[in-house]
Amino acid sequence: MSDEKSSTELTSGHPEKFTDPGMPEHRQRRADVEPAASKRAERQVAALFGISVIGTIGSMVAYFAIRPDGTTAGTRLSNLTLGLGIAFALLGIGLAAVHWAKAIMSDHEVVEERHEQRSPDDVREAAVQKLDDGIADSGIARRGVLKGAALSALALFPLTIAVPLVSSVGGDWNVSKFRHTRWEKGMRLATDPTGRPIRAADVTMGNVFHVIPDVSEEERESHEWITEKAKAVVLLVRMDPRDLKEAPDREGWSYDGIVAYSKICTHVGCPVALYEQQTHHLLCPCHQSTFDVADGAKVVFGPAHRPLPQLPIEIDDEGYLVAQSDFHEPVGPSYWERLK
Amino acid sequence: MSTTTPAQRAANGTADYLDQRTGLGKAVKEFARKTFPDHWSFLLGEIALYSFVVLIISGFFLTMFFVPSMALITHHGPPATMDGVLMSEAFSSTLHTSFEVRGGLLMRQIHHWAALLFMAAIVTHMMRVFFTGAFRKPRELNWLVGTLLMILGLGAGFTGYSLPDDVLSGNGLRITDGVIKSIPIIGSYMSYFVFGGEFPGEDIIPRLFTLHILVVPGLILALVGVHLLMVVLHKHTQYPGGGRTDKNVVGFPLFPVYVAKAGGFFFVVFGVIALMGATMAINNVWNYGPFDPSPVSAGAQPDWYMLFLEGSLRLMPGQPEFEFWGFTLSLNVLIPAVVIPGILFTFLFVYPFLEAAVTKDKREHHVLDRPRNVPVRTGLGVAFLTAFIILALAGSNDLIATHFSMSLNQITWAFRILIFVGPWFAFWITKRICLGLQRKDRELVLHGHETGRIVRFANGEYIEVHRPLDEQERWLRVNYDAHRPLEVAPATDSRGVRRKGYASERRLSRLSSFFYEDRVEPVTPAELAAAHSHGSHDELETDTTSEPQQIDSGRAH
Repeated sequence: MSDEKSSTELTSGHPEKFTDPGMPEHRQRRADVEPAASKRAERQVAALFGISVIGTIGSMVAYFAIRPDGTTAGTRLSNLTLGLGIAFALLGIGLAAVHWAKAIMSDHEVVEERHEQRSPDDVREAAVQKLDDGIADSGIARRGVLKGAALSALALFPLTIAVPLVSSVGGDWNVSKFRHTRWEKGMRLATDPTGRPIRAADVTMGNVFHVIPDVSEEERESHEWITEKAKAVVLLVRMDPRDLKEAPDREGWSYDGIVAYSKICTHVGCPVALYEQQTHHLLCPCHQSTFDVADGAKVVFGPAHRPLPQLPIEIDDEGYLVAQSDFHEPVGPSYWERLK
Repeated sequence: MSTTTPAQRAANGTADYLDQRTGLGKAVKEFARKTFPDHWSFLLGEIALYSFVVLIISGFFLTMFFVPSMALITHHGPPATMDGVLMSEAFSSTLHTSFEVRGGLLMRQIHHWAALLFMAAIVTHMMRVFFTGAFRKPRELNWLVGTLLMILGLGAGFTGYSLPDDVLSGNGLRITDGVIKSIPIIGSYMSYFVFGGEFPGEDIIPRLFTLHILVVPGLILALVGVHLLMVVLHKHTQYPGGGRTDKNVVGFPLFPVYVAKAGGFFFVVFGVIALMGATMAINNVWNYGPFDPSPVSAGAQPDWYMLFLEGSLRLMPGQPEFEFWGFTLSLNVLIPAVVIPGILFTFLFVYPFLEAAVTKDKREHHVLDRPRNVPVRTGLGVAFLTAFIILALAGSNDLIATHFSMSLNQITWAFRILIFVGPWFAFWITKRICLGLQRKDRELVLHGHETGRIVRFANGEYIEVHRPLDEQERWLRVNYDAHRPLEVAPATDSRGVRRKGYASERRLSRLSSFFYEDRVEPVTPAELAAAHSHGSHDELETDTTSEPQQIDSGRAH
């Protein structure tokens, strides 16, 4: 209680706030007072510039002396020596300049006044007056039709560029191509990337095959192939038929425990490439969506929502695995009209 | 002027020639000795600027050899593993640049490291600006320009990363395609718009190339110009201290100090990046091979500034994908890839205006805040960074799993919880630390520094001698505004009629309370005098009496 009393008494006579003590006292550097230190700083700066010159010469020597031979090691050596030369050349200049500024140049701080950003009132008035004069000169205020016509012309003009651009920028704009892949009835399943057709007998228990449609080598070297392949890649797994849970509407889509699923993740389209034999789980390495191959490739973890589309398969007369048809739904990530 | 050397005469002649034609003298008079304050944290923006220059120099070198084409060719030449392989011209020319152009690999590595440093410098520069309140009036618009520059930087990084057309960058584009397709109604058409047809098609590399070397850097260059022009107009902010006010700027003159320091610093930044390019391998695309839609490797991370998006995608559970009237709405992609970054960027864009509104502060500010003196702002900033870091870590969950032999699913679940709890906790603890530091400031101002010198009085009493603060240090610790929450006028006016706009005022006042309800006021001269008036025992003050009276600790946080 007595504390409070004394503090109120003391309030009188004290300013509300502390006052700015002003700039702290300037402290001299050693180089300012000792001529020897000043000379030393000068020598250091000169030495740093000297290092830069040596760096430049070094990089030139490296350039001419070390010819990359096409091997990774040779390229690395050339990279290292050339790079170190350049680094020394640059760091020498940089450190010399900074050291010069810090040790030799005057370190007396200067004070500059600031002015408010806002223009003074008379300037503002003059500015408004000029705009008013301009508007009056143009006559725009009195001519509504003119205003409308000018705005319409300006607003419409970009169409002349936008329409031709938009019409071509999306290719043929035929987005229904998402629905179809290269798979069709009777097309053999082939290994990726060699393109060798796969016999059912080649697929041993727990084995995984990365599969592409069996198309001609010519097609595989064409420009369109990468886009087709991006939809058509399939993962083939054989498991114990007793482990396999098959939905009633998908019976007959597998062959003797061999199932084929689209390799394109239903999340955002990465290839689902990692198969774990024990759990029959397929993992997408991009965002870790996990699918259970034994149970219709349903999602068991991660950001994907839908199971991987299944490719119905059977064998042909020669024992090769073939597709019964294309996928029954679009592969890859979801999109708005996917079910249309 | 008695004797002039030929060099001086030539300089005088050139200056006279230019001045007669451009009036250069006025600009030199105005700017040559312009004052800039000195602080290491002001270098962060400079690092960003200089990395950008390095990007342009190394990027120019790379464009001389890169072929932005997806045409299929058979590669001939090193490395041996890629000889005879069918690939795009883009990938082939990247290999050619790396193995056959001398200094080509160095320039590629310098370019990539400079890009990583560019974004790191931008982000840390933004942190400096945020935590010191440098975005306050009159610099709000420059904060917006800076935020746009950060987003353009992300765009530059993304478009450049995809150019070599290797497996990793191709999968990055594949993810982009998946995200674009998730956009309601127009998703498929947007995908066609970007790729010129189906993914990947043959157009995306040339399109990204044009964006990467013309459109994005052009915009960056223009906005950097605006950014720096505004720095000149506003004059640089300064840290608080004796003699530094909102009406002046204390520092060193541009010429010669900053010409040497800043010019030299460019060479230091370039030199460090060159050192990185020389000694640290980055993006060895020949190990990955050309893009093929089938293979992908685990542990593939995007560049660090994109990790938060990757993590956001990884954390999202798959359930919220809905089908109605035959249409599909993929909220499991849309929320993490569009909504979350949208929220983060919106926060950055609106924050300066939000803070100005709840503070009702129309003054110009040129002296920076110490972060502790604005606890809620500092807390929000740390919460934002925490969210960013948690998302980035979630984008590396597979690496965490393999390095620490932990379950991937458990790590993902931990991050799913952390992304909600972490930022909140970070906010709470940061705000508390700030308030604690402010109390410590008060304690120091009132009672001085502990000296460790124990004195025994004649009556046997022991005290520790405290050394009072010198006036410079005291000024640093008392010179701040502790804003108070906005008070809202009654709902009805004097005649009992409901006032218009009462509801919005009350909302603003609530928000203002959130910001300024807990605060520690600076010590006043009267309080200091009162503390000293206790006589020789004042140095003995313990925590109980030094508890600042002005804290309203109403709400428990």
